[in-house]
Amino acid sequence: MKKNNFLANFYMFMVFFFLFAPIVVMILFSFNAGKSTSVFEGFSLTWYAEMISNEAILEAVRNTLLLAVTSSVISTVLGTVAAYGINKMRSPGVRATLMTITQIPMINPEIITGFSFTLLFVFTGTILHFSETFSFWTMLIAHVTFSLPYVMLQIMPKLKQMDKSLPEAAMDLGCNPVQSFFKVELPEIMPGIVTGLIMAFTLSLDDFVISYFTKGSGFTTLPILIYGEVRKSVKPDIYALATVIFVTVLVFLVLFNMLSTDEDAKAKRQQQREKARARRKHAKEAHK
Amino acid sequence: MKRLKLLSAIFAMVLLMPCLASLSACDSNYDVVLNVYNWGEYISDGSYDSLNVNEAFEKWYFQEYGVRVKVNYDTYDSNESLRAKLESNAVSYDVIIPSDYMIDYFIEHEMLQELNFENIPNFEKNIPEQFRNLFYDPENKYTVPYTYGMVGIVYDTNVVTDVTPKDVTWDLMWSDDYAKQILQFDNSRDAFGTAMYKLGISVNSDCPNDWRAAYDELAAQKPLLKRYVMDQVFNMMESGDAAIAAYYAGDCITMMENSSENVDLQFGYPRDKDGNICTNLFMDAMCIPTCAKNKEVAEAYINFMLSTDLVIDGEPCDIARANAEYIYYATPNSAVYENPEYQEALGKGDEECDYYEMLYPEGFDFAASYNEFAYANLDPELLAFISDLWLDLKLLD
Repeated sequence: MKKNNFLANFYMFMVFFFLFAPIVVMILFSFNAGKSTSVFEGFSLTWYAEMISNEAILEAVRNTLLLAVTSSVISTVLGTVAAYGINKMRSPGVRATLMTITQIPMINPEIITGFSFTLLFVFTGTILHFSETFSFWTMLIAHVTFSLPYVMLQIMPKLKQMDKSLPEAAMDLGCNPVQSFFKVELPEIMPGIVTGLIMAFTLSLDDFVISYFTKGSGFTTLPILIYGEVRKSVKPDIYALATVIFVTVLVFLVLFNMLSTDEDAKAKRQQQREKARARRKHAKEAHK
Repeated sequence: MKRLKLLSAIFAMVLLMPCLASLSACDSNYDVVLNVYNWGEYISDGSYDSLNVNEAFEKWYFQEYGVRVKVNYDTYDSNESLRAKLESNAVSYDVIIPSDYMIDYFIEHEMLQELNFENIPNFEKNIPEQFRNLFYDPENKYTVPYTYGMVGIVYDTNVVTDVTPKDVTWDLMWSDDYAKQILQFDNSRDAFGTAMYKLGISVNSDCPNDWRAAYDELAAQKPLLKRYVMDQVFNMMESGDAAIAAYYAGDCITMMENSSENVDLQFGYPRDKDGNICTNLFMDAMCIPTCAKNKEVAEAYINFMLSTDLVIDGEPCDIARANAEYIYYATPNSAVYENPEYQEALGKGDEECDYYEMLYPEGFDFAASYNEFAYANLDPELLAFISDLWLDLKLLD
């Protein structure tokens, strides 16, 4: 038993080691006093100061966030509406077909999606005689498109799980369909929507391939900026930035998990209470 | 449900903060947008207390012409990705800075505009004869040189003891004594280049047999190599994992500056039997593509990049020098490389680390070597043949 335990722990350790060793090394070198990426010369915060004063990096961060926020919000709204509509369809065949079609951007290799976007935009741009087709907007369209299926995939199961009699009950009690949607159905699928939003946000945040194919002049996102530095070795201020992003995401994730496990625990307690009540009631009736 | 609402509120706030920040940041207080497309890390951008060249240009242009320009600065990672972007016809850039062979391609495909040199007086003033009319632009109608670089061999003197910088040859990269400590380029053109310079074959040869000879040479070298590398070269040389590597002079300076204590890097240009430097040179030059919208502002920008004596906000500003000191590649601007202050900053005459001598080797005739050793644009069929050979080499045991 004990030996087994050791093996299990060792396995766990290896998994975490390989997952986090690269990040730990990067965080370590973001505190390096020297410029080198292989020799640690002492602790310093130079690269953090450097990062804050580097206008190009800050602008790329702003661009990346702006794109991630707008694309995730748009794709969440679109995705919710689409999932809701597809779920309401009567014919299961049509429903399944539509679902499959919307999943295509997810299955398609990114590079092909990216390249076909280039072709599409160039083609449209030529027809409409745009002198400059690629811009923030082309990137936004591309990002919305590739994150849409992920959002729908989060919302669809929630819609399926939802008790069909809930909206009916709401309408029985005097809600019109719109009210029933906002008051009953939306809160019911909210967890799916939030997860979808977060997924769309993170997907857009670290997308490189599709952005690379659809970007216009003057709008550079962070992954593209970092890739451009490859020719002359990436500078440690990028490590500092990556560390800041990593820590922010980590804090956010922990917070999110804490709140949602709270929520789960509460739901579980509620369930148990209900069960207990039912049992008591049952016992009482039996007693009678 | 209350928790969920709280959660959504937190999430929304986190999302909205940067949004608002970016909205307030993008003020539209400008009349003209100038789109500049350059290599990554290839301009003095204000980091390390350097001068922010683009910001300086915006200030200077307003001070000079009363027009507010916004420089949209964008970077690419290779000449090929620049070409792909331009050929899509869906972007608009005003200034681009490609390398020589790609300029050759662009001119051949009519993708560049002729420059009006009346708007670029600094070209006449600061660019000496040897940097004009190079092979890619024989009448010098389209380009203004930005920086140039040369490939040299960097080595660790703790391991390699029998060589001084003045007598480095390509044979060093094929030396049995340092087996498994040598790094070779991980791109076909540069790797084949090293073998062809060693054999004394022209790197622009259109005869497949020459390339096959170079292939045999590289195949013989493969067992001696530690690895084929590109930017991992920085790490491996700095930490002493490898002892010999061929790389660009400017980047070798970076390695020498960052190397760990037990590593002592030296640098030399490979020479042929007669003692002449025999290695690859490249030139990156500023051009205006046909998709440009603001040709005059673009020309002002190009002229600005060559200037050394501007006064911005009442302070003297040496733009070209600030740029050269930041990039660490050699500049063709005589007002910079002849400037004693610049020479001193690079340690001219210093016994230990004379970076000036590394970038501008004494008695070196740029124009003659350049036209002989630079990579020209090759025929697509030959390129396909070379890339097949390269693949064979990589698969070789």
